[in-house]
Amino acid sequence: MTSRRTALLLIAPLLVGLLVGFVAPIGAFLWRAIADDEVAAVLPRTLAALRGWDGATPPDGAFVALAEDLREARAQDAATGAGGIARAAARLNAEWPGMRSLLPATGRRVTTPGEERAKILSASAEWDTGAPWRAIRSAGGPFTAYRLLATLDLRRDAAGDIVPTPEEQRIWRGILLRTLWISLSATLLCLLLGYPLAWLIATAPARAQPWLLGAVLLPFWTSLIVRTAAWMVLLQKEGIVNAALLRLGLLDAPLPLLMNRFAVLVAMVHILLPFMVLPIAAALRSMDPALPRAAASLGAGRLRIFLRVLLPLSLPGVGAGCLLVFIQALGFYVTPALLGGPNDQMLAWFIGFHANRLVDWGMAAALSVLLLGAVALVIGLYGRLVGFDRVRTA
Amino acid sequence: MDAPLLRFERVSKRYPAPARGAAQPAALAGLDLEIARGELLTLLGPSGSGKTTTLMLLAGFETPDSGRILLEGRDIARLPAHKRGIGVVFQSYALFPHMTVAENVGFPLEARNVPRGERAARVARALDMVRLPEYGDRRPAQLSGGQQQRVALARAMVFEPPIVLLDEPLGALDKALREEMQHEIRVLHQRLGLTMMYVTHDQSEALTLSDRIAVLAGGALRQVAAPRDLYDEPADAFVAGFVGENNSLPARVVSMADGVARCALEGIGTMPARAVGPLAAGGPCVLMVRPERLVLDAPEGLPAQLAEALFQGDHVRLRLVLPGGAEVIAKRPVGEAALPAPGAAVTLGWAAGDARAFRAEGPAR
Amino acid sequence: MRRRQIMGAAGAAALALPGTAARAQQRDLTVVSWGGAYQEAQREVYFRPWMAARNQRLLEETWDGSVGVLRARIQSGANTWDVVQVESEELLIGGEEGLFERLDWNAIGGRDNYIPQAVSDFGVGAILYSFVLAWDRERVREAPRGWADFFDTARIPGKRGLRKGPKTTLEIALLADGVAPAEVYRVLGTASGVDRAFRKLDSIRGDLAWWERGSQPPQWLATGEVALTNAYNGRIAAANAGDGRNFGIGWNQNLYTLDSWVIMRGSPNRQRALDFLAFVGQAQVQAQLPPKIPYGVTATGANALIPREVLQQLPTAPQNAAAALQIDDKFWLDNLDRLNQRFNAWVSR
Repeated sequence: MTSRRTALLLIAPLLVGLLVGFVAPIGAFLWRAIADDEVAAVLPRTLAALRGWDGATPPDGAFVALAEDLREARAQDAATGAGGIARAAARLNAEWPGMRSLLPATGRRVTTPGEERAKILSASAEWDTGAPWRAIRSAGGPFTAYRLLATLDLRRDAAGDIVPTPEEQRIWRGILLRTLWISLSATLLCLLLGYPLAWLIATAPARAQPWLLGAVLLPFWTSLIVRTAAWMVLLQKEGIVNAALLRLGLLDAPLPLLMNRFAVLVAMVHILLPFMVLPIAAALRSMDPALPRAAASLGAGRLRIFLRVLLPLSLPGVGAGCLLVFIQALGFYVTPALLGGPNDQMLAWFIGFHANRLVDWGMAAALSVLLLGAVALVIGLYGRLVGFDRVRTA
Repeated sequence: MDAPLLRFERVSKRYPAPARGAAQPAALAGLDLEIARGELLTLLGPSGSGKTTTLMLLAGFETPDSGRILLEGRDIARLPAHKRGIGVVFQSYALFPHMTVAENVGFPLEARNVPRGERAARVARALDMVRLPEYGDRRPAQLSGGQQQRVALARAMVFEPPIVLLDEPLGALDKALREEMQHEIRVLHQRLGLTMMYVTHDQSEALTLSDRIAVLAGGALRQVAAPRDLYDEPADAFVAGFVGENNSLPARVVSMADGVARCALEGIGTMPARAVGPLAAGGPCVLMVRPERLVLDAPEGLPAQLAEALFQGDHVRLRLVLPGGAEVIAKRPVGEAALPAPGAAVTLGWAAGDARAFRAEGPAR
Repeated sequence: MRRRQIMGAAGAAALALPGTAARAQQRDLTVVSWGGAYQEAQREVYFRPWMAARNQRLLEETWDGSVGVLRARIQSGANTWDVVQVESEELLIGGEEGLFERLDWNAIGGRDNYIPQAVSDFGVGAILYSFVLAWDRERVREAPRGWADFFDTARIPGKRGLRKGPKTTLEIALLADGVAPAEVYRVLGTASGVDRAFRKLDSIRGDLAWWERGSQPPQWLATGEVALTNAYNGRIAAANAGDGRNFGIGWNQNLYTLDSWVIMRGSPNRQRALDFLAFVGQAQVQAQLPPKIPYGVTATGANALIPREVLQQLPTAPQNAAAALQIDDKFWLDNLDRLNQRFNAWVSR
């Protein structure tokens, strides 16, 4: 009991560090995927006026409240550049298309007090119907699933049912599939290259092993950006690869090697290869060296020894390597951004785009949840198909 | 005698030196050895004696530098391992951990494309043979060491190889299990008429199991003989010292008569021993006598003092000190009446035919 | 117009004159424009002379527009831009949302130094350009006199090109239907006015071709694909000057708009930014831009310094500005979504 408490005390700094440095920020970030505070921050009076409303004819009080809210928000925005109305409008647009321009337009009509209802209706007669008010009410927070639904190209229709978004607006499923596909391709290529390499390392003489391992680990000692940039130098139109191919007379004109899927995969495989090689080499090395001999003495040729003995016994390493590579590949950001074209960008790039370019933290968080979900799914699938107890050899 | 099943002809093997400049002694130098059909031959020797190299060359995991290995008259020295059809039982068992016992045993049949139905029948028979009929569906990791060893045996026999090699197969087992398995191997060997080549460094195991024992040292064959003959008539001092326990005393040949040498132990006395090999009067020799052949109350012999008596259950082990400090071990049956007390002075002696005088060698390996 | 020309580097391809580099603490004045041939002209006329006159460095960047970009820069707190050229709609929204510094007009020569359209609280007009009626003189012998002729397929047969979208298209339809320029947006603000515009479009529906990029109208004119088209004035002038075309430009009832310079909110280089704007607001400096690229400039008195043959090609020439209509950004801000829906439905019908 006391020793347990002591142990707990000893690891307490670690736990606190983990909580403060890891769990809390990520949790707070992911929280934004479902937090729904844009509209509540800008239209508090309107939401209050709509409380208990039957959803049919908009109440008179709501018009006055909306005008007051918008006047205050406009003043706030002009003073701080916070863009509150624009955010609320973007959020409302997801509930009721048209609100993106209607809300700011309405704000422009009500800059002075009085005649609120008439001014608001002059922006659009639709304010006389229930629809825009219902949109405000349902976006009033505090939580929403609309962003998470949007990442799956789903939305709620007017009746509240979950329906697919219109065909021309669907993007995220395609990007998720692309992300999975690129990751899968990189994983398979790593396996194809990494298995023979791991075999070479595992069966090399003891003196040569550190050198071979070092060669595989070398990429670890340079930063990811440097490695990616090196590929830019190699693959560009006037780069070394094209120059060599031209010099050899294999090409008449330089090949477009950059800004495409090929470049992305080449660099990803280069960066991720060690994660495939090391577990497989470990699995091969932990194998009783008598096993292939035993198989040979029992009459098995090279192919049969590989297929029936070596391959199945190295499968835990293969599994661990594939899992490591695939999960890391899912989150790749810099490499596709620098080496890929617009159709090679992966989910992480869009997370960055929403966070940095659009300052839409909610959507960035929702896409992060999607990525996290994909990773969890892959790990779950792995556990189901392979089992985690078999990873231990790696 | 029939044509031998297997014959090594002047087989030599030298491994590449691990470092430049360091001369690597030959692992095997011109080995000549025959194994008859149905024989259980043990290769016995200390580590580095060449016994493992011999096994490797026979199994096909190594290739000899020179010489021939004839199996049923065919030279297999350069045939790849999987085409030799020789069963091998490894010290680590080398069972495939991802396969069931039945799959392990069926593996050589699968490699030979034996039809599924027949395969199952032969696997069942082989498991019956090693008394593991109910274990086909288990994984190797679920078996005890002895059971794993029996599976390895079954796997090495199931395809009816002309010869089965066993590489220190019982090394990892505890004593009781080892004895049980020795018996079992012996029974299998006899019942099936299998030809076996057994590699071990444990001389008592070799004595228990073998039809014949081949003693190797320094890459060379020292003696091949039946256990009894090897024990009683060792060809040289190394074999005498390696097989069974022996007291070894440096001495000088005083005289030779009728194959009996009188050997002088400096400052102690002179004793007779049967001379083995060429011995010259006046030259140095090694006098060897087995502990159970020593007599403590000889009318004439070497004076000694009993240092301690150790009760061993079936016998008492006596440590005796000769003048000058050399130690001698003697064994007496437990039932024997009066044993002298520790500290007592005794007179050591033996019948001339119970001791051997060998030519003195360099330090034995 | 510019954003349709460029579309080059999508990111922030920072570039500067040789030897310049951003310093960490006090960064250099960063000016952002539309890139391409336009920014090259600006570099020669504005940027380099300013650096030489002030012995100060200036960093250039390019962008493709969209108020979201500006919003993101301000709200993320990671803004490195000081002076940005924006379209009129971005000026309006950015001003409302507090993305720009309020302009100190006294520091840049006073409001009177500029034509009235160039003056607003948050931005100063940089250039003025027009949507004009264009045709190929080689193919169309009889010059159209205005948008009414554009709809008269009996007088001038052949296809007509219009910009895809309700903006400019609906104004043109009403002008052609006889609405006075000053009345266009009042009429378009009513349901019946919108119906009237679409009815007018219905009359030549089968003869319409819709362009989406500014490069298309001169191409279509050159190949004879369309007889008449709505087009950016700069594109047509460039085709005449650069490709040896003989395209006619109808200035009557042209639709014009302005791009403006703004100073980003919280810029640490506010004083230098104002100094830069004062420099490029001088009539004699601005007068050097149109000979390089045919856009109108905003300083009063600049026109007097521009060669006559150049001035005739500009929307700011008195005879070209006389019957012109300024595109009402406030109207479009409030109505674009609604009219877009109606327009798309009408096009796809």
